[in-house]
Amino acid sequence: MPDFLLDIKGLETQFKTPDGIVHAVNGVSFGLKEGETLGVVGESGCGKSVTMLSVMGLVQSPPGKIVAGEAYFFNQDLLQMSNEELRHIRGSQISMVFQDPMTSLNPVLTVGRQLEEPLMLHVGMSKNQARDRAAELLEMVGIPNAKDRLNDYPHQYSGGMRQRVMIAMALSCSPQILIADEPTTALDVTIQAQIMDLVKRLRDELGMAIIWITHDLGVVAGLAQRVIVMYGGFIIEEAPVNELFANPSHPYTLGLIGSLPRVDDESHDRLYSIEGHPPVLYQKPHACPFAPRCKWVMERCWKENPTLDPITSDHKIACWADVKTGRAR
Amino acid sequence: MAGSPDVLLEVKDLKMYFPIYRGVVQREVGAVHAVDGVSFNVIRGETLGLVGESGCGKSTTGRTILQLYKPTAGSIHFDGVDLVALKGEELRLMRRKMQMIFQDPYASLNPRMTIAEIIGEPLAVHNIATGKEIQERVEHLLELVNLNPSFATRYAHEFSGGQRQRIGIARALALQPSFIVCDEPISALDVSIQAQVVNLLDELQHQFNLTYLFIAHDLSMVRHISKRVAVMYLGVIVELADRSELYNKPLHPYTQALLSAIPIPDPIADAKRARTILQGDVPSPVNPPSGCRFRTRCPIAEKMCAETRPEFRELKPGHLVACHFAERFV
Repeated sequence: MPDFLLDIKGLETQFKTPDGIVHAVNGVSFGLKEGETLGVVGESGCGKSVTMLSVMGLVQSPPGKIVAGEAYFFNQDLLQMSNEELRHIRGSQISMVFQDPMTSLNPVLTVGRQLEEPLMLHVGMSKNQARDRAAELLEMVGIPNAKDRLNDYPHQYSGGMRQRVMIAMALSCSPQILIADEPTTALDVTIQAQIMDLVKRLRDELGMAIIWITHDLGVVAGLAQRVIVMYGGFIIEEAPVNELFANPSHPYTLGLIGSLPRVDDESHDRLYSIEGHPPVLYQKPHACPFAPRCKWVMERCWKENPTLDPITSDHKIACWADVKTGRAR
Repeated sequence: MAGSPDVLLEVKDLKMYFPIYRGVVQREVGAVHAVDGVSFNVIRGETLGLVGESGCGKSTTGRTILQLYKPTAGSIHFDGVDLVALKGEELRLMRRKMQMIFQDPYASLNPRMTIAEIIGEPLAVHNIATGKEIQERVEHLLELVNLNPSFATRYAHEFSGGQRQRIGIARALALQPSFIVCDEPISALDVSIQAQVVNLLDELQHQFNLTYLFIAHDLSMVRHISKRVAVMYLGVIVELADRSELYNKPLHPYTQALLSAIPIPDPIADAKRARTILQGDVPSPVNPPSGCRFRTRCPIAEKMCAETRPEFRELKPGHLVACHFAERFV
């Protein structure tokens, strides 16, 4: 078993809602290796964001509650830490970038002030040192006239630039892990390309590990080394990126890849579509959560939720069927 | 091309400016040049894709065609009739033939109305059916979009995003239009649901010989659904061509950059591609650049690009482009 920088085991998170308890994450286990880029893919409500928020202690409680699990980071269980301890780790050793840069930045503070704060808090820099470092960081993420722009407020930046500021802020204390939660979803494609290019460059320069949460398989293909696919609060497939796209083995992954038209694809055929829609789980399922939408569904799928098992040395799926033969594995 | 029988919609030099008012007396201080001289045709029965990034004017173009805004300048001929000149009752009758599907299936359905009321409203407004007849038509429409007719008595909040979008499609079909503007109909939906809705739109088009103007920012989906594609940038169309021509041999530097920016869900093909990464952001449409709109981000811009606005010309049969140097890419 390889040594993981971040090792998550059996994580379960639930939310209390007026309609009942929603089982958002139902026993998720995975590891992140040093310097690795891990893609976490799934549709809205599959639990991909909640998984990472749980680990970071950012799930609001109530209504949220982490009912089980461990998350080891340097032999410390993040889930057992106090808020105070977690705050030292967040921002300095593990940092996050969110989808919407406008709501993540404070609109009444200048960008400079917001960049300096973690540097003074976590690194212990003086005001002047922090100022210089903030300008360097803005320059690093490709913002022209960085020094002058420190005095601007977030609304004076465009969407793409704000996301660059968020990335600068996340990287300011040289974290070992960067967690990016749909950071390019709100951006236009040409700006998305700029941001992805930036992240790749910084990854190679700084050598941090990245967890990139997205619904876009295209983004994952260009960025990640290993991919986790989530559905209904479970990991249903895990594989290295080339293996996943060459050999998708869970019916859901297969459907997801098949339902995407490709910009380099000539054909005009009917798209493969997965019927039905993703579930909201009010009970921990005893059947496969994908069974109602699955083409390969068998009797066993309705009785027993499949476990995440290896099919080759580095490829795991949670499915009773073999999609190549259509029979049980 | 004009007046030839198979052209359903002809848009010529369409301009739509939104004035900006400032100060105590609300003086007009400028205008957002949302659409600034756009010309194209839509052939009967085809799907024309209209793509571009946010703020390029693609949705405004669609809305102006349907006369939801009165255009600042230009003409829009639908079935030979100039829509801009129509008023009152004449326009209302024309509206039956043109419908719209909106982007946000959460905002575009009235939460206080049942599905039957939502889909039946256009029938009542246009006095096409009454009472029991409306009910029958609604049930039939729900079946058309693969929804259970018993859903008619429910409210919009009881449905998922994909189902709501089907309801929006049923409403658009109620008046049996010949032309539908689909304004980003799938971008608010989950990936696995997008394919369902696109397939449905495809089926309905064949069944009723519909003509679509399909507005989207997702170039891969547009490639899938459209016959021809127009690319917009900052209020103008920079390139228009047949689908495979546009995607295989783009002649405008912006189209080239846009295509290369789209991630391909295939790591091996993705790694092999040459990428053009544009610098900077889209300029403000309040004060667009002189000459060519794209020159501030263009990798091949020269002095003349700032001076003269490139003509939107047919460089190859059916392939129009607005760039001074497009010949280089032929």
